[in-house]
Amino acid sequence: MSATILYWAGGFALLCFTLGLGCATVRLIRGPGAEDRVLALDTIYINGMLILLVLGLRFEAGLYFDVALLIALFGFVGSSALAKFLLRGEVIEP
Amino acid sequence: MTELPLWAAVPAALLLVLAGIVTLVGSFGLLRLRSFRERMHAPTMGMTMGAFCVALAATVIASLLQHRPIVHEWLICLFLFMTAPVTAILLMQSARRRQRGRPDAPDEAE
Repeated sequence: MSATILYWAGGFALLCFTLGLGCATVRLIRGPGAEDRVLALDTIYINGMLILLVLGLRFEAGLYFDVALLIALFGFVGSSALAKFLLRGEVIEP
Repeated sequence: MTELPLWAAVPAALLLVLAGIVTLVGSFGLLRLRSFRERMHAPTMGMTMGAFCVALAATVIASLLQHRPIVHEWLICLFLFMTAPVTAILLMQSARRRQRGRPDAPDEAE
């Protein structure tokens, strides 16, 4: 009984995270400015990390946690580096 | 999956559903809101509340399954809570500085 409840709740959460990935991907492709694209990339990283956490709950495997931690780390490094580049690139490119 | 007690499975399932809904609302707001300054706020919901709910559910489930407290999901939560404002501040600074040069930016015109 409780395994069934958790299975369907995890499935619903995975569906929501995947739809969120789709929304962020549309914004990544369509976004009018470069900041929108960086923000969408950040959202994609967070949604992928949450998907991995829920998959780790579902399969009861501890490896997913390490992958999620690495994704959170690289997401922060990537989006802050891109934002820093946008912050300084304005001097060269008007 | 070994059987969890029902009093733990229902709150964990509710937390997972809440995390899914909150993250979906945040990502949909990223798609739907009009200007960048509004869009900036939407994904932070998934970043804070979604990660918090998933970490709480994972803590409850793993602690009951292994009969000892498992708290390592909170490492991700702590890291996200520390780094999300840094990224937001850098992005907002760059957006302000890039929009200052061109007053007819599409974000301001809408």
